[in-house]
Amino acid sequence: MTPRINEIWVYLAASPLLGLTLTLLAYQGAAWINQRCRSHPLANPVLLAVIALVALLWLTGTPYRTYFDGAQFVHFLLGPATVALAIPLYAQLDKLKRMAGPLLVALLAGSTCAAVSAVLVGKVLGASDATLLSLAPKSVTTPIAMGIAEGLGGLPSLTSVLVILTGIVGAVGARYIYAALRIDNDAVRGFALGLASHGIGTARAFQVSEQTGAFAALAMGLNGLLTALLLPWLIPPLMRWLGGLP
Amino acid sequence: MLGAITLLLLFQLAGEAVALYFALPIPGPVIGMALLFAALALRDGPSDELRNTAQNLLQHLSLLFVPAGVGVMLHMQRMADEWLPILVAVVASTFAAIAVTALLLQLMTRRTP
Repeated sequence: MTPRINEIWVYLAASPLLGLTLTLLAYQGAAWINQRCRSHPLANPVLLAVIALVALLWLTGTPYRTYFDGAQFVHFLLGPATVALAIPLYAQLDKLKRMAGPLLVALLAGSTCAAVSAVLVGKVLGASDATLLSLAPKSVTTPIAMGIAEGLGGLPSLTSVLVILTGIVGAVGARYIYAALRIDNDAVRGFALGLASHGIGTARAFQVSEQTGAFAALAMGLNGLLTALLLPWLIPPLMRWLGGLP
Repeated sequence: MLGAITLLLLFQLAGEAVALYFALPIPGPVIGMALLFAALALRDGPSDELRNTAQNLLQHLSLLFVPAGVGVMLHMQRMADEWLPILVAVVASTFAAIAVTALLLQLMTRRTP
């Protein structure tokens, strides 16, 4: 009986259908659990779905490539979804105009802080250079971060994982930081979360309110642009300086 | 809905073309977002169809990150070797970035109401 199930699995795993269906099932299961936990940030749907899928692929010995052949159809939608962020953003146009100056200052400080503090902490704790370079762009959305990591000499596929991890950490932790620092403005909350935790933070922010989500989307877009421009000349000197330390 | 999806893809395509033409380090979809934002500002906002389609797509934004996240499988060895610096660096820098951004912004927007 068991060998037959194995054969069927091997056969189905070779077609894109299985990877795609499993992704949708895992995500909906994760979303259901998230709802049952009243959207508690620790029951993050991306985190739960990824854990379930990795466990399943691991147990069945299915390679990531095979899985991604199917999952790429979901992955592809990241492009049009990124473009679609212009629409909630537009809804906040008036507020954006009023806050343009403070938003830009906060963007510059937050963006630099996200990259430099990651490299410094990683270095102090003994991470390898390839890991440090892959860590630097982790606060920006996956496609931008992978491009930056490649340019810096990091590992793009490691960066994509660190980006997801960063997104989950921010989405889970933000509410505790805001409580500790008494940050109560929806626009401020959204902007900081989108800047540090890109699309996953933005998805979380949309659960809070439309306005929080729109400011998160704005911060994600702006930080993507700024990080792509900033890191190529910020990180190489930083790495040289760190390399000179004992 | 079909028209709205076509429009989103067209803006993405335009973004990719701009990125390639000017050899920009910024990915096409982000430029596409900026272009669509500019178009909406010029045209006084999106149609109902576009607004609904975007809402439906963005409602499941989290789902779209799952395939890339499963890629953690490919880096199990490095994660096992360097899990402590990676985890601490990610958590500390993400929390620091959120705190710095939120505090600065709150301070500046309170001063200029």
